[in-house]
Amino acid sequence: MSDALKHDPSLTVPASTPTAPRGDRGGSLGVARNLGLVVALIVLCVVGVITAGDRFASTDNLVTILRLAAVLGVVSIGMTFVITGGGIDLSVGAILALSSVWATTTGTQDMADSIGWIAMVFSAVLVGTACGLINGLLIAYGRVVPFIATLAMLASARGLAELIADRKTQIITNQGFTDFFGAEPLGIPVIVIIFALVTLGGWFLLNRTTFGRRTLAVGGNPEAARLAGIKVQRHTVYLYTLLGATCGIAAVMLMSRTTTGSSTHGAQLELDAIAAVVIGGTLLIGGRGTVVGTLFGVLIFTTLTNVFTLNNLSTSTQAVAKGVIIVVAVLLQQRIANRKT
Amino acid sequence: MSTIHHRRRRGLALVGAFAAATLVLGACTNGSGDDDSNSNVSKSNTDNDKTGDKVVIGFSAPAADHGWMGAITKAAKAQAKQYDDVELNVAEGTNDVNLQISQVETFINDKVDAIVLLPFDGAAMTAVARKAMDAGIVVINVDREFNSPFAARSTVLGDNYGMGVSAGTFVCDDAKGAKGKKVAEIAGIDSLPLTQDRSKGFADALKKCGLKVDNRVAAEFTVESGEKAASNLLQAAPKIDYLWNHDDDQGVGVLAAIKNANRDEFVMIGGAGSANVMRDIKADNTVLKATVIYPSTQAADGIKLARLIVQGKSMSDLAEIEVPRQIKLAAPVVTKDNVDTYIKSAFES
Repeated sequence: MSDALKHDPSLTVPASTPTAPRGDRGGSLGVARNLGLVVALIVLCVVGVITAGDRFASTDNLVTILRLAAVLGVVSIGMTFVITGGGIDLSVGAILALSSVWATTTGTQDMADSIGWIAMVFSAVLVGTACGLINGLLIAYGRVVPFIATLAMLASARGLAELIADRKTQIITNQGFTDFFGAEPLGIPVIVIIFALVTLGGWFLLNRTTFGRRTLAVGGNPEAARLAGIKVQRHTVYLYTLLGATCGIAAVMLMSRTTTGSSTHGAQLELDAIAAVVIGGTLLIGGRGTVVGTLFGVLIFTTLTNVFTLNNLSTSTQAVAKGVIIVVAVLLQQRIANRKT
Repeated sequence: MSTIHHRRRRGLALVGAFAAATLVLGACTNGSGDDDSNSNVSKSNTDNDKTGDKVVIGFSAPAADHGWMGAITKAAKAQAKQYDDVELNVAEGTNDVNLQISQVETFINDKVDAIVLLPFDGAAMTAVARKAMDAGIVVINVDREFNSPFAARSTVLGDNYGMGVSAGTFVCDDAKGAKGKKVAEIAGIDSLPLTQDRSKGFADALKKCGLKVDNRVAAEFTVESGEKAASNLLQAAPKIDYLWNHDDDQGVGVLAAIKNANRDEFVMIGGAGSANVMRDIKADNTVLKATVIYPSTQAADGIKLARLIVQGKSMSDLAEIEVPRQIKLAAPVVTKDNVDTYIKSAFES
């Protein structure tokens, strides 16, 4: 970690300085950092228009892309905070599965029928938050390495989901729930609106609040952060809990999309989320994070998928393209960032 | 001296070029061999085959992570190619319901005439299939059933319960009323209703002759999971008389585990009906003595039905004017005696 720190000049700025060029507030640097992503997204869109024409450049298709992006997007925003804070979380897909299963058991659905569908939303978010809290406590106070703690959560949350659901798919019968989340006010699906709100909230939290600055400080140099008076352990717990909550929200979104809860939901979501965050420009070792970059990362992945679907190309080719894009985007960003600083 | 060097170098370059060419060729042939080489679909030789209005069909299925699923897509593509009036849009296979939903949404945006859908999870795809139906698109549900009758115009199903019954009946016949035979079962993905149906059919058929499943493990339809599940099972059961394995693709792993454990005291029955397994049955030199067919041409049937419905045709061998709402395919047992009939329709795993 310290080796990597030496290579990045921006990280030698004292962690507690609020004017440090981090997050998205770095002015021209922020733009430069996202430039590679903007170019990649534009190239993808051009390819989409050339190969699929109106089928790509239509409002319906845009909505389709955003709907596909929503679940991954919300989790990735949460992941941005954990990675910026110097951690990693491999359990997001499993937490999503557990939340979706917990919120769709006959017990929860009975409750939803009597007091309203909000009970299902509440229980999904609560379960996600609780899992995140456990992750955070294990990592901050139990001193378990994040990789291991969340790997354990991955296994046990999915296992618990399978136990609760008896490995069956649980169907949502509550009409109020499906009606609310399936609605499209002004042509915009509710889950896309949620995605937008979470992104805005995430951006504000990371760039305009003490919480955000502390996150950058904790990820950049925990020791300096501690000396600056930040309660590093407590803050770490907050970060994982926040991610758990976004997993719960994502579970609600996937529940509305599939009208089911299932222990197979969110398979390999962690890899996509981490990839989206990293190509977005958030440093994997922490200390620098960008919500806007993550948004671009998510959009690049989903647009890529959409262009491939429109052109009947295989998912295997798509996986290769995804790998290439990750490497190219990261290389591009490094070049641009090095030139500017 | 230098010319010798030169020649040697040129020789090396030639060898290198040759190796590279072989690699590239190999990669290409692997890819193209995927298409429709040995597919076993045919037209029906009726008036229905006459070229009619153009039909655009969207097709989506789970990832082809094992032979049967690969054969499904291959047969669907081959079937579509048989007709000049069918244009097939194939969305590549995925096990991510979120992505599969998005594929169907793309088909709806494209205003296709019909969608043939083999869902990764029937329940999870119901809402979006319903949306397609509401948009006036003919949806044909294949293999894994939706949970709403409004979500599909017609459904093509394999007989999973029937597969279990076929396998169980074969065991009963072979045991000839002997009691106390040890029966083991290696199931597929337990969370899928189709696996539960197969197991139920097997148990019900065994009950008829006083037998029961003594050991049961679940694998995940893949070779790796089959090997793992089988080696655990063989550890747990020192003596077995009959073993039913739900799926011939995971069966490759199961057979490997059996070989590693040096076991041959039992009769093994397969499931799905891969060409490998049928060749083994024909050769009659392994524990495999039978398999139960689960047709890999279901999606091809789906394509044919979609075309008929969109063109307003009926099924020529039925008196009905409309194509039926549901078609359930048979699950016959293949043994050494009848293997020649079925090996033509078997899929390569």
